[in-house]
Amino acid sequence: MLLTERADRLFAGMTIAGYAIGAAEGILYLRGEYAYLRAFLEDVLTTRYRDHLLGAAILGKTGFDFDIRIQMGAGAYVCGEETALISSCEGLRGDPKTRPPFPAQKGYLGLPTVVNNVETLCCVPKILEEGPATFGGHGSPGSSGTKLLSISGDCSRPGIYEVEFGIPLTEVLTLAGADDAIAVQVGGPSGQLIGPKDYARKICFDDLATGGSIMTFGPGRDVLKTAACFMDFFVDESCGYCTPCRVGNVLLKDRLERIRAGRGEPGDLDYLQRLGTTVKTASRCGLGQTSANPILTSLANFRPRYEEMVKAHQDGFNPSFDVRAAVSEAEGIAGHSSVIYPQPIEER
Amino acid sequence: MSDTVALTIDNVQLQGRPGQTILEAADEAGIYIPRLCHLKGLQPFGSCRVCTVLVNGRPQAACTQPISPGMVIESSTEQVREIRKDLIDMLFVEGNHFCMFCERSGNCELQAMAYRFGISAPRYPFLFPSRAVDASHPDIMIDHNRCIRCARCVRASRDLDGKEVFGFVNRGPHKELAVNAAARLVDTTVDVTDQAMNVCPVGALLKKRTAYVVPIGRRKYDHTPIGSEIEGARSQ
Ligand code: SF4
Ligand code: FES
Repeated sequence: MLLTERADRLFAGMTIAGYAIGAAEGILYLRGEYAYLRAFLEDVLTTRYRDHLLGAAILGKTGFDFDIRIQMGAGAYVCGEETALISSCEGLRGDPKTRPPFPAQKGYLGLPTVVNNVETLCCVPKILEEGPATFGGHGSPGSSGTKLLSISGDCSRPGIYEVEFGIPLTEVLTLAGADDAIAVQVGGPSGQLIGPKDYARKICFDDLATGGSIMTFGPGRDVLKTAACFMDFFVDESCGYCTPCRVGNVLLKDRLERIRAGRGEPGDLDYLQRLGTTVKTASRCGLGQTSANPILTSLANFRPRYEEMVKAHQDGFNPSFDVRAAVSEAEGIAGHSSVIYPQPIEER
Repeated sequence: MSDTVALTIDNVQLQGRPGQTILEAADEAGIYIPRLCHLKGLQPFGSCRVCTVLVNGRPQAACTQPISPGMVIESSTEQVREIRKDLIDMLFVEGNHFCMFCERSGNCELQAMAYRFGISAPRYPFLFPSRAVDASHPDIMIDHNRCIRCARCVRASRDLDGKEVFGFVNRGPHKELAVNAAARLVDTTVDVTDQAMNVCPVGALLKKRTAYVVPIGRRKYDHTPIGSEIEGARSQ
């Protein structure tokens, strides 16, 4: 939305940032999904060049040179990680880089680089125009200003809202018409899945942090399914560089699916907790360090739902292994059904 | 700038040199930090995460993290050991590692690492991926079933041989080693005398006709666990 409605403000923010740090080149990284915006944004840039707001000697000030170019990405979630974004801009695989060196020391093409998101840069011209006091007058201590929230899911008024930092989640839910939400995903897939007991918490950096995404889930939704969808997403979006994220997310997903299929056992909850903690602790970049969150936070906040699915059976045996599924491939090859483990009558 | 950096690893005080990584400083002090993707002489890569340590309580890869004064590092605590075991297990289950007939058995760093950690079977379920073998080259083969994506061959070929024979394709769980040719090893410029041919920690990148030449009992890890060459340096 900022790119379509406030592109000028973004480019002004980038130019000011360039001036502040003495950079001569700015890059707008545009994901493949937003390729349709490219022509429009190029037009805005052309106009800014024409008006001497970009290029050499900006507004007649000698030595203030700044160019902006648009870099198209192929559309990978990990390229939102700053060092992966830099790799992608350099024409490499969108893999995160080893830190240190940090981008501010050695970033794009080995040069010091500042990476900021669109929303942050859009705040810059406003702060300069209206003064830091006005900006600081909004929001809560430690989280100045306002925040754009993109609210979706089971709510009667989905959309993009600008709210003061520090707003309690309950108010956000009321704004969007989601008072009956049984669960809310705050901060996108890598954020947290929380339940009603946490709705009084506040949206800000030191409580419920979010890049802007709020997804609401109404009565009748299954939080295990929500977690499973997000795990699918991370298995897909992992770059595959490091072991814990590449392998651990697959293992987490598989075990969660087993629980969802009713073949879980009580020990599975500890298994998920341990594995999830290892993925979080040992992964190389922010993606892996947060990819277990759908499971870890739903496990913390919706444990009864998991427990219900992994109850110990009365006979002491839990059917974690599905013998029928295991023999089905061999049955296909043999052309007849297993004699030892025949299909139950109702399936024939 | 002072020419030594004081730090502590598992309560042992040591002096490193500026610019060293935690792993390098530990090696010099005779403290072995387990590692798989790292190999002396190659650029640090940081993919296996087996060298994970806690630096002032925060997880870091020892092979990529430079030392700084006053670092308090935990490497052999229970918590760190359990993380490493998980990672080793993950490397086993993501591929198809049949030690009993592998040409590298006894000389394999992954296998030796499992022994060092007392792992006899992984705690995670095997994923049994379907992977190919490229035996197109007369002297060299790649068994992708055993590749742990450590990029040692990628780095050695690029930085030591100046060839860039190897690279990675695909993402996530599908990330795979590939060769710089339309399809097969034989179409690359790789040569059996390349340095890249001596770096694979497992039985993935192999020289043909060299299998099983060392009898059991005389293989690299038959008598001493992996890492003892570094730990040995300390006791002397
Ligand atoms: S073939 Fe061997 S050296 Fe190359 S990436 Fe795979 S495991 Fe590492
Ligand atoms: S040895 Fe450090 S990540 Fe592999």
